[in-house]
Amino acid sequence: MSMDALNLFRGQILEWQPLCIRGSGSKDFYGGPLVGQVLDTRPYSGIVHYEPTELVITARCGTPLSEVESALARYQQHLAFEPPHFGHATLGGMVASGLSGPTRAALGSLRDHVLGVRIMDGEGRVLRFGGEVMKNVAGFDVSRLMVGALGTLGLILEVSLKVMPMPLAEASLRFEISQDEALTTMNRWAGEPWPLVASAWENGLMTVRLAGAHAAVAAACQTLGGDRLEPLSARQFWQGLREQTSAFFAGNQPIWRLSLPSIAPPIALSGPILIEWGGSQRWLQSDAHPDLIREVATQNGGHATLFRGSKARDDIFTPPSAPLMEIHRRLKQRFDPHQVFNRGRLYPEF
Amino acid sequence: MNARGRLIVYPDRPHHAFNIMIHTVHPGEPSADTAHTAKTRLIQALAEILPPASLLTAEEELRPYECDALSAYRRLPLAVVLPETEAQVLAILKVCHATKTPVVPRGAGTGLSAGALPHPEGIVLSLARLNRILAIDPLARTAVVQPGVRNLAVSEAAAPHHLYYAPDPSSQIACSIGGNVAENSGGVHCLKYGLTLHNVLRVRAITLSGEIVEFGHHALDAPGYDLLALMIGSEGLLAVVTEVILKLLPKPQTARVILASFADVRAAGEAVAAIIGSGIIPAGLELMDQATTRAVEPFVNAGYDLNAAAILLCESDGTPETVEEEITRMRVVLENNGATAVRVSRNEAERQLFWAGRKAAFPAAGRISPDYYCMDGTIPRQHVATMLSDIAQMEREYGLRCINVFHAGDGNLHPLILYDANRSGEFERTEAFGAAILKRSIELGGTISGEHGVGFEKIDAMCGQFSPDELDVFHAVKQAFDPDGLLNPGKAIPTLQRCAELGRMHIHQGQQKFPELERF
Repeated sequence: MSMDALNLFRGQILEWQPLCIRGSGSKDFYGGPLVGQVLDTRPYSGIVHYEPTELVITARCGTPLSEVESALARYQQHLAFEPPHFGHATLGGMVASGLSGPTRAALGSLRDHVLGVRIMDGEGRVLRFGGEVMKNVAGFDVSRLMVGALGTLGLILEVSLKVMPMPLAEASLRFEISQDEALTTMNRWAGEPWPLVASAWENGLMTVRLAGAHAAVAAACQTLGGDRLEPLSARQFWQGLREQTSAFFAGNQPIWRLSLPSIAPPIALSGPILIEWGGSQRWLQSDAHPDLIREVATQNGGHATLFRGSKARDDIFTPPSAPLMEIHRRLKQRFDPHQVFNRGRLYPEF
Repeated sequence: MNARGRLIVYPDRPHHAFNIMIHTVHPGEPSADTAHTAKTRLIQALAEILPPASLLTAEEELRPYECDALSAYRRLPLAVVLPETEAQVLAILKVCHATKTPVVPRGAGTGLSAGALPHPEGIVLSLARLNRILAIDPLARTAVVQPGVRNLAVSEAAAPHHLYYAPDPSSQIACSIGGNVAENSGGVHCLKYGLTLHNVLRVRAITLSGEIVEFGHHALDAPGYDLLALMIGSEGLLAVVTEVILKLLPKPQTARVILASFADVRAAGEAVAAIIGSGIIPAGLELMDQATTRAVEPFVNAGYDLNAAAILLCESDGTPETVEEEITRMRVVLENNGATAVRVSRNEAERQLFWAGRKAAFPAAGRISPDYYCMDGTIPRQHVATMLSDIAQMEREYGLRCINVFHAGDGNLHPLILYDANRSGEFERTEAFGAAILKRSIELGGTISGEHGVGFEKIDAMCGQFSPDELDVFHAVKQAFDPDGLLNPGKAIPTLQRCAELGRMHIHQGQQKFPELERF
C-alpha cells in the first residue's frame, strides 16, 4: 500500500507536468496560486517510529497532525511549537508551510524541531537527510531547508521531529496594558528567568502563558500578578490564536503577518493589530497597498507576508535580495529541474 | 589535541597526499614554474590590499596554521591572511575569485575534524582579528558579534544584564563564534538549550564571488528558503561569515547536579531513558564509563565512585523552585532504576567539583596516554549499552584502549581511543578503530558526527552514511553558493569518484527489512 503510493507519486512526477502537492488542503489559502494536477499525499500515511524516551517521532507526509498528537499525548508528550491544524492538517503540509504557533518565541519553531526528512525530488529519487538523532552535523542541513519551502523543492515523504514532554503545570495571566507597555513588558520578562512560554496582546489586553514545574509556575503567578484565566478559557484563548479562530481573524479583510524584531515599536499602519511571540509576530488587518506594508515592515527591521485574503495571490512573500534569489534559483534547479512542484506557490518565478 | 605534535604522512591515501613540502620549485619543470609564478602573483595581489601584518607567507609564520586541533593532519598553505575588517575580507575573496585560489576559512583553530586543514594551493583566511562584539541589546536579548569573538566572551559581555549565550562547547574559552557557526557546535547543555542552529538569528557573510549576503533576519524568520539552516554547520564550504546575531537567554538562577553510580552500563543507559521518559529535560545529562572515572579521578579528586561501571551526571537549572522539584523527581527515578549510589551537589563549589572530571576527561586522556583520538558519533540513546559493549570488543580487536564519555541526553558519544603515535602502525590501527565506531554508529541508526563536523577527517565515512544521489545533492548545494568550488574544497562532502574508489557501500542507516510495514 505504502510502496504503491510511492510508485504512484513517482509516476506522477515523471510525467513532468505541473503538480500541486496537497494533503487535506487545510492551507490551500496560503501562498501563491494552486497550479497543476493535485498530488494527494494522504495515501502515504502512518507513524513509522515513535520512541518516547528518544524524544523522536517519525511519520509519513499524509499522516494527520491530530493522529501524531494523539500518539504523543498517550506518553504526555507534544510538539512544543504548537503548529496550527486549520482543519485537518497533515504532517507534510505542516512541514512545507513551516508555520509555528503561540509558543514559537520561547520554545522554538517547527524548523528547530525537525531532525530529518525523506523526500522525493523532481526526478523521482528518494533521498534522506538528517535522521532521528538530536545532534547530527554530517552533510548540509537539507532537512530544515524543506521547512517553509512550500513544497517547491520536493515532495516530503517522511519527517522525524523532536518531541517534548508536556509541562506539568500551566497558568495564563491577563493584564490591562497599552501596546507600548505590552511590548516593553513582554521583552523584559523574556529576559528574566520566568517559565514564560507564550505572550499575546490585542486591544489593550496582554495575555501570557507560564508552563513548567508546579512550584515555578506558582511562584511566577504570585510575582507577576494580573488576572489568572480559568483553565478552560485559557485553553480556548490560545487555541483561538493557534487555529486563527479568534475574533481577530474573522471577516474578509486581507490579513498580513509582520515578522519583526521583538522590540520594534508599535507599527504606524492603521487597522486592527494582534501581537504574538513577545512582539516578534504582528498580525495586521489592512487593505493598504502591499508596497506600503512591506516598506513599514522593512523600516522596522522585518518583513511582511500577505497571509490570507489576497485576491491576486502573486505578491505574497517578500522576495529575498538578488544574490540570495540566485541561490534560490540554483537550489530549485537541482531539486526540481523540470519545475514540477508547486509552481508559483512561493515566488512567481518558480 | 590528539596526535599532539606528531607529524604523520599517509602515502597510501588516495587524492589527499599530504604535501608537507609544498611548491618546492624544481628548476626546469614548467608546471612548477607556472605554479611559482601564480603564487607570486597571488601574494602580490594580496599585498596590495592588506597591510604587511595581515599577510603571512614565510614558512615559520605559516607553520602554526598547518593544522587545527586535530593535528594528525597537517599541510602548509601558500599564505595566511588575517583581515581586520569586512571590507578586507571582501577584497581578499575578490582576489581569490579572480585567481581561482582555494580559500580555507579558519576561526580559532580548535576544530576536531581537520576542517581548517590548509589547501596546498590555497590560502588560509583567518577571521581571528574580526573579534569585536558590536552590540549587546539587553531588551531584545541579542548580541551582534564578529566571527572571531570567542564563545565565552559573549556570555561574559552579557553577564551584567543577567543574560548568556547558551551553546557551550568544551572549547568555549578559546573557540570562536564563526567556528561555532561553521560546525553547528553544541555543548553539554544542548538537549535543553539547543545547538548553534537554535541560537542564531542572522549570519552575514560574503560569498566567494564577493557578494555580501544575509541569512536569517533580525526577526525570528526570514522570507524564502531557510538558507540560514544550510549555512550553520556548513564547515566553511558555502560563504565566509563576517557578522552573527546571537540570541541571548536569561541566566538560570541556580543549578544543581546529581552524581549517580551504576553497576553496569546498560543500567545507566536505562536510567537515562527513564529520566527522559518521566518528562524531564535535564540541563545536562552525561555518562562516563569506569575507564574514564579512573583516569580522571587522580587529577580532579571529585570523589567519583571508582567501583561503578558507569556514572551519570544529571543537572537541573532554572528558578530555585524548578531545580528543587526536578532534582527530587530525578533522584527518585535514578534510585528506582538501578543507581547504586546517588549524591546531589549541596552548593556551587560541589557542583563544579562533580563536573570537573567530565570537563577534564580530554586532558586526563592526554596524561595517561601519549596520544588520543576523539570520536564523535551519535546514536539513538537506546543503543548506548550495545555501542559500549561493541567498543569493548573493538578494544580487544585493535589492541588499543578506549575510554568513553558520552552526552547521554542526546546520544552523542565521544570515545577517546588511546594510542602512541611513536609506535609504528598504531595510528593506522587507531584510524581503523575509529572508522569501525563510525560504521557502527550508522548501523545503529545514528550519524558519523554529532558536533565535531566531517572536515577532512571523516570524509570517507560520509560515503557510508549517504547514497550517491544524496551526496550529489550536497554538491549541488555547494555549487548554489560557490559555483567555482573554491571555498574549503576537499572537505565535508566526498566526491562520488572517491566513494567509488574506496568501494564504500552506503549503509542503509536504521532501515529495517520491510520499510513498507507499519511498525508503530
